[in-house]
Amino acid sequence: MTAILSPPRMLPSGDAAITVEFGRAISAEANRRVLALDRAMARDAVAGVTETVPTYRSLLVHYDPEQIGFDELAAQLTALAQSHPASEAVAKRHWRIPVSYGGEHGIDLDDVATALGISADEVVARHVAADYRVAMIGFTPGWSYLSGLDPSLQMPRRQNPRLLTPAGTISIGGVQTGIQCLAGPSGWHLLGRTPVRTYQLHRDPIFLLEPGDAVSFVAIDAHQFAEQDRAAEHGEIVAELLTS
Amino acid sequence: MSKLVVTAAGPATSVQDAGRHGAQRYGLTPSGAMDTLALAAANALLGNAPFAAAIELGPLGSAFTARGGPVRIALAGAQRPAAVEGRPISLNESITLTEGERLTLGVARGGVFSYLAIEGGIQGELMFGSLAVNARAGLGSPFPRPLQPGDEIRVTAASGTRELRIDLPNPTDAPIRVLLGPQDDEFATDAVQLFLDSEWQISATSDRMGYRLEGPPIKHLHGHNIVSDGTVNGSIQIPGNGQPIVLMPDRGTSGGYPKIATVITADLRRLAQTQAGRGFRFQAVSMAQAQAEYRAMAQLIRALPSRVVDAQASQLDIDALHSANVAGVATNAFDA
Repeated sequence: MTAILSPPRMLPSGDAAITVEFGRAISAEANRRVLALDRAMARDAVAGVTETVPTYRSLLVHYDPEQIGFDELAAQLTALAQSHPASEAVAKRHWRIPVSYGGEHGIDLDDVATALGISADEVVARHVAADYRVAMIGFTPGWSYLSGLDPSLQMPRRQNPRLLTPAGTISIGGVQTGIQCLAGPSGWHLLGRTPVRTYQLHRDPIFLLEPGDAVSFVAIDAHQFAEQDRAAEHGEIVAELLTS
Repeated sequence: MSKLVVTAAGPATSVQDAGRHGAQRYGLTPSGAMDTLALAAANALLGNAPFAAAIELGPLGSAFTARGGPVRIALAGAQRPAAVEGRPISLNESITLTEGERLTLGVARGGVFSYLAIEGGIQGELMFGSLAVNARAGLGSPFPRPLQPGDEIRVTAASGTRELRIDLPNPTDAPIRVLLGPQDDEFATDAVQLFLDSEWQISATSDRMGYRLEGPPIKHLHGHNIVSDGTVNGSIQIPGNGQPIVLMPDRGTSGGYPKIATVITADLRRLAQTQAGRGFRFQAVSMAQAQAEYRAMAQLIRALPSRVVDAQASQLDIDALHSANVAGVATNAFDA
């Protein structure tokens, strides 16, 4: 007997998109259901759907109202979501991402350690030990939000967000950790930098990570960072793909 | 090779088309024209595809010179002074610049964005199917940034076709229509009502990422942070200060503020063309109505070539065309 999955909420995002909401809080279960529905729709195209955007707790489905109306699409998506359980969202790929922690690459590492009452090395050890999943990519190109942060590393975001943080920043904020690809504003705590470009034009692939990919971090030193950063600038991926 | 040389450029002058779609799941925003109807109208005058790339001008002016041969162009969208070598030219008409002639476009007087389309379109390298500028992502062609003086845009030589005029529906001051949601349940009923009943003004700090509105603060039921989810063009976020932000084509692909409502597709161009400081209101409509307006807009855009007439044709001819209702049901899509 198969358990009947609770139906997601079908929320209108204007006249050409539906937010398929599986939960309101960050939860691994809701995110896996998002990814399971996203994969199901990638396998079997739904007529009229133009683009899907997975996020932590919902799948944004863009569609063409000249091809399908809201009610008909909502009914189809409800049925699809209920027939694809979270367990289908198994990671197909596992990336190992090098990170240079602390110093000029992670200017908040010492403050984070102090705030948590542990050593900087221990912060790094716990950040490297966890297994992460790409819960969503959003805001700016390649900004990858990861679930799976060690709960002992959870900290509120900074009171004053920084207007500019470097490309490749690895940071923590609340229950999340993330890989920021382009330089930009951030209110998170900066632990380190990766030479890996999750978004790079004129490289194949342009976008390295997919929502649902498994990710782990490996610590490198500043010298290795400089070397790999040069290689990455010339289009090398420098992240290690463990399974495919 | 004919080219259009940029001799002066306002800060928001950039190449735009229908935008790039399909990579929002990687955080890549669509970009694209703020007023797709005006873009399509300018292109219709030149026999281009409706959303062929054109030069989008923001509130300030720009100037261009034709080099290497004649260049046929058309201007649509916001009202602004426009002249070729000092001779005034009309909006919604094609004109051919001969070698060396200078086109000057002034500050927008009615509306915000204008489209300078070029016969044959703009030559460039498509990325994700688009030439549209997204400076943050390093995308856009021929230049991955807004235009600057000295830039040269390679174009097709003018065909020598007779000049044309397009007759568009009259603009309306009707309220900007919205669909409530996706997070209208993050607000009390009276807060939603206040949002719908109030007069709003667009702040001068608005840009292609978002239009910031000024009016009475809209209070949240459970605070202003939600778990980030996906955004669309027209999403109306309410941040902590209660002042709405309407997300535009250069928006972030996800956002963590509750979205009280979404501007309907057919009206987003009207909001985009509303000048800072000018008052307007929102009006909630049903999904059926919003999607009917979406389809009417799409039909109107497809029917634009049938609204093009010889530039020398008299107003009488255009009136006759209208009474014959050549453009069919689409004629009234915006008049309502």
